[in-house]
Amino acid sequence: MEAVKEHKAPAKSTKKEVVIAIKGLKKSFGKKEVLKDINLEVHAGENVVVLGKSGQGKSVTIQCIVGMLVPDGGSLKVFGDEVADMNAEELKHLRMKIGFLFQSGALYDSMTVRENLEFPLTRVLKLKDEHEIQERINEVLEGVGLLDAVDKLPSDLSGGMRKRIGLARTLIIKPEIMLYDEPTTGLDPITSREISELILSMQKKYKTTSIIITHDMECARITADRVVIMNDGKYIAEGTFETLHKSQDQIVKEFFKDIS
Amino acid sequence: MAAVQEQELTGWRKWFAGIGDQCVFFTSFLRNIFTGGFEWSEFVRQCYEIGYRSMMLVGITSFIMGAVLILQLRPSLVSFGEESMLPTTLSVSLIREIGPVITALICSGKIASSIGAELGSMKVTEQIDAMEVSGANPLQYLVVTRILAVTCMVPLLTIIGDVIGLIGGFIALNITDSISYVLYFHKCVAAIDFSDFLPAFVKTIFFGFAIGFVGCYKGYNSNKGTESVGIAANSAVVTASLWVFVIDAIAVQITSILFYK
Repeated sequence: MEAVKEHKAPAKSTKKEVVIAIKGLKKSFGKKEVLKDINLEVHAGENVVVLGKSGQGKSVTIQCIVGMLVPDGGSLKVFGDEVADMNAEELKHLRMKIGFLFQSGALYDSMTVRENLEFPLTRVLKLKDEHEIQERINEVLEGVGLLDAVDKLPSDLSGGMRKRIGLARTLIIKPEIMLYDEPTTGLDPITSREISELILSMQKKYKTTSIIITHDMECARITADRVVIMNDGKYIAEGTFETLHKSQDQIVKEFFKDIS
Repeated sequence: MAAVQEQELTGWRKWFAGIGDQCVFFTSFLRNIFTGGFEWSEFVRQCYEIGYRSMMLVGITSFIMGAVLILQLRPSLVSFGEESMLPTTLSVSLIREIGPVITALICSGKIASSIGAELGSMKVTEQIDAMEVSGANPLQYLVVTRILAVTCMVPLLTIIGDVIGLIGGFIALNITDSISYVLYFHKCVAAIDFSDFLPAFVKTIFFGFAIGFVGCYKGYNSNKGTESVGIAANSAVVTASLWVFVIDAIAVQITSILFYK
């Protein structure tokens, strides 16, 4: 498959610092080669959406970025440092700068919303001042519009609310990079749109650099500064949503065929 | 970071990989006791969940065990004209062996399975991954607190179980015979000395550690999939129960060498 390069990088981010630099990334599970040759640069403040069919390794890429998986080859630098070469302490510090929103929200189900939000503040940032902790909790809950859910358990929340609280818990440590793993999967179209708009507004508020893994074209349209399309372990096309929409490449057209 | 099973191992290689994984898990546990902040509030919560919530089950089982032992022992001792030895026999057998082992087996069934299922389901729902990628230390919060809580609670539950077992024996004895509680408990306590109580108490600490460790290891390293939760819980019970017997066998050898030469 010949790569379609609609744009090398969006015009608005060409002068910005490269936050994530991936070159020739490879990852296999047993005999299955999931990532074959991934190349990507993400600039500060940019929202990059990764589209691809299920089982193509989209989530594997972001798991490599946070050091949950170790790549088999290639280079993956975050803030200029090679992730694979980091020791446990360096990895911990890197993770403090990265927010990772899981597909399920991954809320701690034995804790209330308040305890979920307190957890990263007291365990990661080691905050002790009750007033500051409460202020931060109120700030993020207000941001996601769920201030009244503070004493509820995750089991009392709907899927969309759980995603919002998951986003709030991720943003509460004020990360510089946000990684979203299929943030709208399993939600109805209206809630999906709300979550997508929330991602965009939070990105503007906290000025984060984001990678969003999704199948949801509406989410991609709302959130993306740049879209990359993954197929067979490689990124085969990249560009803005509009330019890829007009692409004549057969695989790219498949993704956009239901978009008017 | 939990080991990611990236390739399928089989046979002996899988077994050795498992041993290696457990050694790594054990050293991580030891390291995390002394580094970073200790999670006191979670430790106390776990002591309550593990200790207090198991007390009723341990109590009922021990009560029945004490009563049944008296009823079973009585005909044999009566035939030798030694029914006055019933409190002594019950006390020694309960405190040396039956109390610790029965309590540990109950805890294997109740505690190891619940820890295995809880951590397994946290793994499946990516809660442990979420802790890890946020920069928090899930070993410190989830594993260290649970293992130490079980290690502290099993000896206490055993002591409570022993006392309730003796009460059960007293009530059973008074169904057929008549003995005052002062005389009964005097005979029970007089029969026990340091060499009976101390080895039994020390081995319950090891029972507790084994139950906590196995439950946490199985749950924390379960695969991602709903059936893994059941597998983790089931294998935690089986492995912890097996370890109870292995530790008991080792403990009796050491006790024999040290105390009963």
